[in-house]
Amino acid sequence: MADSFELELVSPESLILSETVEMVVVPGEEGDFGVLPGHAPVISNIRPGTLAVFEGGTVKQRFFLAGGFAEVTKERCTILAEGALLIEDIDRASVEQEVRDLREDVTSAADENERARAEMSLAVAEAKLHSVDAPSYSGGH
Amino acid sequence: MASLKDLRNRIASVKSTRRITSAMKMVAAAKLRRAQEHAEAARPYAERMERMLSSLAATAAANPESAPPMLGGTGKDDTHLLVLISSDRGLCGGFNSYLIRDVNRRITQLEGAGKTVKLIVVGRKGVSAMRREAGSRLITGYEDLAKPMPAFDQASTVAEQITSMFEAGEFDVCTVIYNKFVSALEQVVTPLQLIPFSSGASAEASESSDGATYEFEPDEEEILAALLPRNLAVQVYRSMLESFASEQGARMTAMDNATRNAGDMIDSLSLVYNRTRQAAITSELIEIISGAEAL
Repeated sequence: MADSFELELVSPESLILSETVEMVVVPGEEGDFGVLPGHAPVISNIRPGTLAVFEGGTVKQRFFLAGGFAEVTKERCTILAEGALLIEDIDRASVEQEVRDLREDVTSAADENERARAEMSLAVAEAKLHSVDAPSYSGGH
Repeated sequence: MASLKDLRNRIASVKSTRRITSAMKMVAAAKLRRAQEHAEAARPYAERMERMLSSLAATAAANPESAPPMLGGTGKDDTHLLVLISSDRGLCGGFNSYLIRDVNRRITQLEGAGKTVKLIVVGRKGVSAMRREAGSRLITGYEDLAKPMPAFDQASTVAEQITSMFEAGEFDVCTVIYNKFVSALEQVVTPLQLIPFSSGASAEASESSDGATYEFEPDEEEILAALLPRNLAVQVYRSMLESFASEQGARMTAMDNATRNAGDMIDSLSLVYNRTRQAAITSELIEIISGAEAL
Protein backbone atom coordinates (compact mmCIF):
# COMPACT_ATOMS: atom_id res chain seq x y z
CA MET A 1 0.00 0.00 0.00
CA ALA A 2 1.16 3.49 -0.74
CA ASP A 3 2.46 5.28 2.34
CA SER A 4 1.20 8.72 1.41
CA PHE A 5 -1.84 10.36 -0.20
CA GLU A 6 -3.00 13.69 -1.60
CA LEU A 7 -4.37 16.26 0.81
CA GLU A 8 -6.20 19.28 -0.53
CA LEU A 9 -7.35 22.06 1.75
CA VAL A 10 -9.54 24.59 -0.05
CA SER A 11 -11.43 27.61 1.21
CA PRO A 12 -13.95 29.56 -0.88
CA GLU A 13 -11.32 32.20 -1.57
CA SER A 14 -8.37 30.00 -2.48
CA LEU A 15 -6.58 26.68 -2.56
CA ILE A 16 -4.65 26.72 0.71
CA LEU A 17 -2.77 23.47 0.62
CA SER A 18 -2.28 20.74 -1.93
CA GLU A 19 0.39 18.24 -1.12
CA THR A 20 1.30 14.65 -0.41
CA VAL A 21 1.06 13.73 3.26
CA GLU A 22 1.26 10.63 5.45
CA MET A 23 -1.62 11.25 7.78
CA VAL A 24 -4.13 13.91 8.71
CA VAL A 25 -6.45 14.17 11.69
CA VAL A 26 -9.75 15.75 10.75
CA PRO A 27 -12.12 17.30 13.31
CA GLY A 28 -15.27 15.44 12.20
CA GLU A 29 -18.65 16.37 13.59
CA GLU A 30 -18.82 13.16 15.56
CA GLY A 31 -15.22 13.24 16.73
CA ASP A 32 -11.74 13.55 15.30
CA PHE A 33 -10.74 10.91 12.82
CA GLY A 34 -7.36 10.10 11.41
CA VAL A 35 -6.95 9.50 7.71
CA LEU A 36 -4.23 7.21 6.42
CA PRO A 37 -3.64 6.10 2.83
CA GLY A 38 -6.30 3.67 1.65
CA HIS A 39 -8.98 5.00 3.99
CA ALA A 40 -12.53 3.93 3.20
CA PRO A 41 -14.50 6.59 1.29
CA VAL A 42 -16.19 8.94 3.74
CA ILE A 43 -17.97 12.25 3.51
CA SER A 44 -18.18 14.05 6.82
CA ASN A 45 -19.20 17.38 8.28
CA ILE A 46 -16.48 19.26 10.10
CA ARG A 47 -16.93 20.91 13.48
CA PRO A 48 -14.82 23.90 14.53
CA GLY A 49 -11.49 22.40 15.52
CA THR A 50 -7.93 21.56 14.60
CA LEU A 51 -6.80 19.88 11.42
CA ALA A 52 -3.42 18.28 11.99
CA VAL A 53 -1.15 17.30 9.11
CA PHE A 54 1.42 14.61 9.90
CA GLU A 55 4.68 13.89 8.22
CA GLY A 56 7.43 11.57 9.39
CA GLY A 57 5.43 10.63 12.47
CA THR A 58 5.08 14.18 13.81
CA VAL A 59 2.72 17.07 13.30
CA LYS A 60 3.98 19.26 10.51
CA GLN A 61 1.19 21.80 10.27
CA ARG A 62 -1.94 22.57 12.20
CA PHE A 63 -4.90 24.52 10.88
CA PHE A 64 -7.92 25.86 12.64
CA LEU A 65 -11.13 25.12 10.71
CA ALA A 66 -14.34 26.98 11.49
CA GLY A 67 -16.39 24.33 9.76
CA GLY A 68 -16.83 22.69 6.40
CA PHE A 69 -16.81 19.26 4.82
CA ALA A 70 -14.28 16.51 4.28
CA GLU A 71 -14.31 14.03 1.44
CA VAL A 72 -12.02 11.06 1.78
CA THR A 73 -11.31 8.50 -0.91
CA LYS A 74 -8.60 5.84 -1.09
CA GLU A 75 -5.99 8.11 -2.64
CA ARG A 76 -7.24 11.57 -1.75
CA CYS A 77 -8.53 13.69 1.08
CA THR A 78 -10.31 16.92 0.23
CA ILE A 79 -11.21 19.43 2.93
CA LEU A 80 -13.70 22.13 2.00
CA ALA A 81 -13.03 24.52 4.84
CA GLU A 82 -15.16 27.46 5.84
CA GLY A 83 -12.44 29.50 7.47
CA ALA A 84 -9.00 27.98 7.62
CA LEU A 85 -6.15 29.59 9.54
CA LEU A 86 -2.67 28.34 10.20
CA ILE A 87 -2.57 28.01 13.99
CA GLU A 88 0.83 29.72 14.27
CA ASP A 89 -0.73 32.78 12.61
CA ILE A 90 -3.53 33.17 15.14
CA ASP A 91 -3.01 35.91 17.67
CA ARG A 92 -4.16 34.60 21.04
CA ALA A 93 -4.93 38.01 22.53
CA SER A 94 -7.23 38.99 19.67
CA VAL A 95 -9.10 35.69 19.93
CA GLU A 96 -9.59 36.27 23.65
CA GLN A 97 -10.96 39.69 22.86
CA GLU A 98 -13.26 38.16 20.26
CA VAL A 99 -14.57 35.65 22.80
CA ARG A 100 -15.22 38.43 25.33
CA ASP A 101 -17.01 40.57 22.75
CA LEU A 102 -19.17 37.69 21.62
CA ARG A 103 -20.10 36.76 25.21
CA GLU A 104 -21.37 40.29 25.56
CA ASP A 105 -23.26 40.02 22.29
CA VAL A 106 -24.95 36.84 23.52
CA THR A 107 -26.17 38.50 26.71
CA SER A 108 -27.21 41.72 25.01
CA ALA A 109 -28.87 40.07 21.98
CA ALA A 110 -32.24 41.65 21.25
CA ASP A 111 -34.07 38.65 19.79
CA GLU A 112 -33.81 34.89 19.37
CA ASN A 113 -32.19 34.99 15.93
CA GLU A 114 -29.53 37.42 16.96
CA ARG A 115 -28.72 35.40 20.05
CA ALA A 116 -28.49 32.16 18.08
CA ARG A 117 -26.13 33.80 15.64
CA ALA A 118 -23.94 35.24 18.39
CA GLU A 119 -23.87 31.89 20.17
CA MET A 120 -22.71 30.18 17.00
CA SER A 121 -19.90 32.70 16.50
CA LEU A 122 -18.99 32.31 20.15
CA ALA A 123 -18.70 28.54 19.82
CA VAL A 124 -16.36 29.00 16.86
CA ALA A 125 -14.25 31.56 18.71
CA GLU A 126 -14.02 29.35 21.80
CA ALA A 127 -12.99 26.40 19.68
CA LYS A 128 -10.35 28.61 18.11
CA LEU A 129 -9.00 29.54 21.52
CA HIS A 130 -8.98 25.88 22.48
CA SER A 131 -7.05 24.98 19.33
CA VAL A 132 -4.45 27.63 20.05
CA ASP A 133 -3.97 26.39 23.61
CA ALA A 134 -3.98 22.68 22.88
CA PRO A 135 -0.52 21.13 22.86
CA SER A 136 0.48 19.94 19.43
CA TYR A 137 0.16 16.24 20.06
CA SER A 138 2.66 14.02 18.34
CA GLY A 139 1.27 10.55 18.79
CA GLY A 140 -2.26 10.45 17.53
CA HIS A 141 -3.44 7.08 16.41
CA MET B 1 -19.23 79.92 -37.17
CA ALA B 2 -17.78 79.27 -33.74
CA SER B 3 -15.23 81.78 -32.60
CA LEU B 4 -11.61 80.85 -31.99
CA LYS B 5 -12.10 81.12 -28.26
CA ASP B 6 -15.07 78.74 -28.30
CA LEU B 7 -13.09 76.22 -30.29
CA ARG B 8 -10.16 76.46 -27.91
CA ASN B 9 -12.47 75.80 -24.98
CA ARG B 10 -14.06 72.80 -26.68
CA ILE B 11 -10.70 71.29 -27.44
CA ALA B 12 -9.56 71.79 -23.86
CA SER B 13 -12.68 70.18 -22.46
CA VAL B 14 -12.53 67.17 -24.79
CA LYS B 15 -8.88 66.76 -23.86
CA SER B 16 -9.68 66.63 -20.16
CA THR B 17 -12.47 64.13 -20.86
CA ARG B 18 -9.99 62.00 -22.71
CA ARG B 19 -7.65 62.11 -19.76
CA ILE B 20 -10.42 60.87 -17.48
CA THR B 21 -11.57 58.06 -19.77
CA SER B 22 -8.05 56.86 -20.34
CA ALA B 23 -7.39 56.86 -16.58
CA MET B 24 -10.61 54.88 -16.05
CA LYS B 25 -9.47 52.43 -18.67
CA MET B 26 -6.18 51.87 -16.86
CA VAL B 27 -7.96 51.40 -13.54
CA ALA B 28 -10.41 48.94 -15.09
CA ALA B 29 -7.53 47.01 -16.64
CA ALA B 30 -5.77 46.72 -13.29
CA LYS B 31 -8.98 45.68 -11.54
CA LEU B 32 -9.73 43.19 -14.27
CA ARG B 33 -6.45 41.45 -13.66
CA ARG B 34 -7.16 41.19 -9.94
CA ALA B 35 -10.71 40.06 -10.57
CA GLN B 36 -9.48 37.30 -12.83
CA GLU B 37 -7.00 36.15 -10.20
CA HIS B 38 -9.78 36.02 -7.62
CA ALA B 39 -12.07 34.14 -9.96
CA GLU B 40 -9.34 31.59 -10.60
CA ALA B 41 -8.51 31.23 -6.91
CA ALA B 42 -12.16 30.49 -6.14
CA ARG B 43 -12.44 27.83 -8.78
CA PRO B 44 -10.91 24.83 -6.90
CA TYR B 45 -13.41 25.13 -4.06
CA ALA B 46 -16.39 25.33 -6.37
CA GLU B 47 -15.16 22.39 -8.41
CA ARG B 48 -14.61 20.17 -5.39
CA MET B 49 -17.91 21.20 -3.92
CA GLU B 50 -19.59 20.24 -7.15
CA ARG B 51 -17.81 16.89 -7.23
CA MET B 52 -18.86 16.13 -3.67
CA LEU B 53 -22.40 17.25 -4.27
CA SER B 54 -22.69 15.26 -7.46
CA SER B 55 -21.67 12.05 -5.75
CA LEU B 56 -24.19 12.79 -3.00
CA ALA B 57 -26.85 13.62 -5.55
CA ALA B 58 -26.22 10.34 -7.31
CA THR B 59 -26.85 8.46 -4.06
CA ALA B 60 -29.86 10.58 -3.22
CA ALA B 61 -31.32 10.05 -6.69
CA ALA B 62 -31.67 6.38 -5.82
CA ASN B 63 -34.56 7.22 -3.51
CA PRO B 64 -36.11 10.49 -4.68
CA GLU B 65 -38.75 10.28 -1.95
CA SER B 66 -36.42 11.25 0.84
CA ALA B 67 -34.25 13.66 -1.17
CA PRO B 68 -34.37 17.17 0.25
CA PRO B 69 -36.46 19.57 -1.84
CA MET B 70 -33.50 21.86 -2.43
CA LEU B 71 -31.89 19.08 -4.43
CA GLY B 72 -34.87 17.71 -6.25
CA GLY B 73 -37.13 20.74 -6.32
CA THR B 74 -40.59 21.17 -4.85
CA GLY B 75 -42.19 19.33 -7.71
CA LYS B 76 -43.80 22.53 -8.98
CA ASP B 77 -42.53 25.42 -11.03
CA ASP B 78 -45.16 28.06 -10.33
CA THR B 79 -43.01 30.72 -8.74
CA HIS B 80 -39.67 31.66 -10.17
CA LEU B 81 -37.04 33.56 -8.24
CA LEU B 82 -34.58 35.37 -10.45
CA VAL B 83 -31.35 36.56 -8.87
CA LEU B 84 -29.88 39.30 -10.97
CA ILE B 85 -26.22 40.25 -10.60
CA SER B 86 -25.47 43.71 -11.95
CA SER B 87 -22.86 46.37 -11.17
CA ASP B 88 -22.82 49.24 -8.69
CA ARG B 89 -21.17 51.63 -11.08
CA GLY B 90 -22.11 52.74 -14.54
CA LEU B 91 -19.90 53.73 -17.46
CA CYS B 92 -19.36 50.16 -18.51
CA GLY B 93 -20.97 50.03 -21.93
CA GLY B 94 -23.83 47.63 -22.44
CA PHE B 95 -22.99 45.59 -19.35
CA ASN B 96 -26.12 46.36 -17.35
CA SER B 97 -28.49 47.11 -20.20
CA TYR B 98 -27.98 43.70 -21.84
CA LEU B 99 -28.56 42.04 -18.50
CA ILE B 100 -31.71 44.01 -17.78
CA ARG B 101 -33.07 43.44 -21.26
CA ASP B 102 -32.54 39.72 -20.85
CA VAL B 103 -34.28 39.69 -17.48
CA ASN B 104 -37.21 41.69 -18.79
CA ARG B 105 -37.59 39.21 -21.63
CA ARG B 106 -37.53 36.35 -19.15
CA ILE B 107 -40.13 38.00 -16.94
CA THR B 108 -42.48 38.55 -19.89
CA GLN B 109 -41.97 34.98 -21.01
CA LEU B 110 -42.54 33.45 -17.58
CA GLU B 111 -45.54 35.59 -16.80
CA GLY B 112 -46.93 34.84 -20.26
CA ALA B 113 -46.83 31.18 -19.23
CA GLY B 114 -48.80 32.01 -16.07
CA LYS B 115 -45.91 31.86 -13.59
CA THR B 116 -45.18 34.27 -10.78
CA VAL B 117 -41.83 36.03 -10.84
CA LYS B 118 -39.86 37.36 -7.89
CA LEU B 119 -36.60 39.21 -8.08
CA ILE B 120 -33.51 39.65 -5.95
CA VAL B 121 -31.09 42.15 -7.43
CA VAL B 122 -27.44 42.69 -6.58
CA GLY B 123 -25.84 45.95 -7.72
CA ARG B 124 -27.13 49.49 -7.66
CA LYS B 125 -27.62 49.81 -11.42
CA GLY B 126 -29.80 46.73 -11.56
CA VAL B 127 -31.73 47.75 -8.45
CA SER B 128 -32.68 51.15 -9.82
CA ALA B 129 -33.63 49.74 -13.22
CA MET B 130 -35.74 46.97 -11.70
CA ARG B 131 -37.41 49.26 -9.20
CA ARG B 132 -38.53 51.30 -12.17
CA GLU B 133 -39.53 48.48 -14.47
CA ALA B 134 -40.49 45.52 -12.34
CA GLY B 135 -41.92 47.35 -9.31
CA SER B 136 -43.46 44.99 -6.81
CA ARG B 137 -41.71 41.89 -8.15
CA LEU B 138 -38.51 43.18 -6.60
CA ILE B 139 -38.09 41.51 -3.19
CA THR B 140 -34.68 42.77 -2.16
CA GLY B 141 -32.00 44.90 -3.74
CA TYR B 142 -28.41 44.70 -2.52
CA GLU B 143 -26.27 47.75 -3.17
CA ASP B 144 -22.57 48.29 -2.68
CA LEU B 145 -22.08 44.61 -1.94
CA ALA B 146 -18.99 44.17 -4.08
CA LYS B 147 -16.68 46.71 -2.51
CA PRO B 148 -13.84 46.67 -3.28
CA MET B 149 -14.12 43.04 -4.37
CA PRO B 150 -16.95 40.57 -3.98
CA ALA B 151 -16.21 38.62 -0.80
CA PHE B 152 -17.58 35.28 0.25
CA ASP B 153 -19.39 36.69 3.29
CA GLN B 154 -21.42 38.99 1.11
CA ALA B 155 -22.37 36.16 -1.19
CA SER B 156 -23.47 34.17 1.87
CA THR B 157 -25.80 36.99 2.88
CA VAL B 158 -27.57 36.70 -0.45
CA ALA B 159 -27.53 32.91 -0.28
CA GLU B 160 -28.98 32.94 3.25
CA GLN B 161 -31.89 34.98 2.04
CA ILE B 162 -32.49 32.59 -0.84
CA THR B 163 -32.34 29.64 1.56
CA SER B 164 -34.77 31.14 4.05
CA MET B 165 -37.17 32.15 1.29
CA PHE B 166 -37.04 28.65 -0.09
CA GLU B 167 -37.67 27.11 3.31
CA ALA B 168 -40.65 29.41 3.71
CA GLY B 169 -41.94 28.06 0.39
CA GLU B 170 -41.86 31.41 -1.34
CA PHE B 171 -40.59 30.07 -4.66
CA ASP B 172 -40.05 26.83 -6.55
CA VAL B 173 -37.27 27.51 -9.01
CA CYS B 174 -34.26 29.75 -8.46
CA THR B 175 -32.07 31.02 -11.27
CA VAL B 176 -29.11 33.37 -11.10
CA ILE B 177 -28.61 35.62 -14.11
CA TYR B 178 -25.18 37.19 -14.51
CA ASN B 179 -22.64 38.28 -17.07
CA LYS B 180 -20.26 35.42 -17.68
CA PHE B 181 -16.70 36.44 -18.36
CA VAL B 182 -15.48 35.17 -21.72
CA SER B 183 -12.76 37.69 -22.44
CA ALA B 184 -12.11 41.37 -21.81
CA LEU B 185 -14.04 42.07 -25.01
CA GLU B 186 -16.86 39.62 -24.57
CA GLN B 187 -19.35 39.05 -21.77
CA VAL B 188 -22.32 36.77 -22.12
CA VAL B 189 -25.54 37.02 -20.11
CA THR B 190 -25.87 33.55 -18.59
CA PRO B 191 -28.59 31.90 -16.52
CA LEU B 192 -27.52 29.43 -13.83
CA GLN B 193 -30.18 27.31 -12.17
CA LEU B 194 -29.58 26.86 -8.44
CA ILE B 195 -32.76 25.20 -7.26
CA PRO B 196 -33.51 22.45 -8.08
CA PHE B 197 -29.86 21.48 -8.28
CA SER B 198 -28.97 20.51 -11.82
CA SER B 199 -25.89 18.36 -11.75
CA GLY B 200 -24.26 18.73 -15.11
CA ALA B 201 -21.11 17.06 -13.89
CA SER B 202 -22.63 14.05 -12.21
CA ALA B 203 -21.63 11.53 -14.87
CA GLU B 204 -18.06 12.71 -14.77
CA ALA B 205 -18.01 12.77 -10.99
CA SER B 206 -19.15 9.22 -10.52
CA GLU B 207 -16.32 8.19 -12.81
CA SER B 208 -13.67 10.08 -10.89
CA SER B 209 -14.72 8.63 -7.57
CA ASP B 210 -14.14 5.11 -8.96
CA GLY B 211 -17.74 4.21 -8.31
CA ALA B 212 -16.86 4.12 -4.62
CA THR B 213 -19.76 4.23 -2.22
CA TYR B 214 -19.22 6.71 0.54
CA GLU B 215 -19.86 6.36 4.18
CA PHE B 216 -21.52 9.38 5.68
CA GLU B 217 -20.84 10.97 8.99
CA PRO B 218 -23.14 11.80 10.75
CA ASP B 219 -25.51 10.76 7.93
CA GLU B 220 -26.36 11.58 4.40
CA GLU B 221 -29.36 13.76 5.09
CA GLU B 222 -27.57 15.95 7.58
CA ILE B 223 -24.63 16.44 5.28
CA LEU B 224 -26.92 17.33 2.42
CA ALA B 225 -28.78 19.75 4.67
CA ALA B 226 -25.51 21.53 5.42
CA LEU B 227 -23.96 21.16 2.00
CA LEU B 228 -26.83 22.45 -0.13
CA PRO B 229 -27.09 25.96 1.36
CA ARG B 230 -23.31 26.06 1.31
CA ASN B 231 -23.30 25.20 -2.37
CA LEU B 232 -25.80 27.97 -2.96
CA ALA B 233 -23.43 30.49 -1.41
CA VAL B 234 -20.55 29.16 -3.47
CA GLN B 235 -22.50 29.44 -6.69
CA VAL B 236 -23.65 32.97 -5.86
CA TYR B 237 -20.08 33.87 -4.97
CA ARG B 238 -18.79 32.44 -8.19
CA SER B 239 -21.30 34.33 -10.30
CA MET B 240 -20.54 37.54 -8.41
CA LEU B 241 -16.85 37.13 -9.17
CA GLU B 242 -17.55 36.38 -12.82
CA SER B 243 -19.83 39.35 -13.01
CA PHE B 244 -17.21 41.58 -11.41
CA ALA B 245 -14.57 40.50 -13.90
CA SER B 246 -17.04 41.05 -16.73
CA GLU B 247 -17.87 44.50 -15.43
CA GLN B 248 -14.22 45.51 -15.46
CA GLY B 249 -13.78 44.04 -18.93
CA ALA B 250 -16.83 45.89 -20.21
CA ARG B 251 -15.68 49.12 -18.64
CA MET B 252 -12.22 48.75 -20.10
CA THR B 253 -13.63 48.28 -23.59
CA ALA B 254 -16.12 51.12 -23.19
CA MET B 255 -13.48 53.51 -21.89
CA ASP B 256 -11.07 52.48 -24.62
CA ASN B 257 -13.71 53.41 -27.20
CA ALA B 258 -14.44 56.67 -25.45
CA THR B 259 -10.75 57.57 -25.38
CA ARG B 260 -10.45 56.84 -29.07
CA ASN B 261 -13.56 58.86 -29.88
CA ALA B 262 -12.25 61.78 -27.87
CA GLY B 263 -8.99 61.59 -29.83
CA ASP B 264 -10.88 61.68 -33.14
CA MET B 265 -12.93 64.59 -31.94
CA ILE B 266 -9.83 66.52 -30.86
CA ASP B 267 -8.30 65.93 -34.31
CA SER B 268 -11.30 67.25 -36.18
CA LEU B 269 -11.75 70.18 -33.80
CA SER B 270 -8.08 71.11 -34.18
CA LEU B 271 -8.52 71.05 -37.95
CA VAL B 272 -11.49 73.42 -37.74
CA TYR B 273 -9.57 75.59 -35.28
CA ASN B 274 -6.53 75.90 -37.55
CA ARG B 275 -8.68 76.65 -40.59
CA THR B 276 -10.59 79.33 -38.74
CA ARG B 277 -7.38 80.85 -37.46
CA GLN B 278 -5.85 80.93 -40.94
CA ALA B 279 -9.02 82.40 -42.41
CA ALA B 280 -8.89 85.16 -39.81
CA ILE B 281 -5.24 85.90 -40.61
CA THR B 282 -5.93 85.93 -44.35
CA SER B 283 -8.82 88.33 -44.00
CA GLU B 284 -6.72 90.60 -41.78
CA LEU B 285 -3.95 90.61 -44.40
CA ILE B 286 -6.44 91.43 -47.17
CA GLU B 287 -7.71 94.33 -45.12
CA ILE B 288 -4.19 95.71 -44.60
CA ILE B 289 -3.19 95.27 -48.26
CA SER B 290 -6.38 96.81 -49.64
CA GLY B 291 -6.00 99.65 -47.11
CA ALA B 292 -2.41 100.25 -48.33
CA GLU B 293 -3.51 100.15 -51.97
CA ALA B 294 -6.19 102.74 -51.33
CA LEU B 295 -3.59 105.30 -50.25
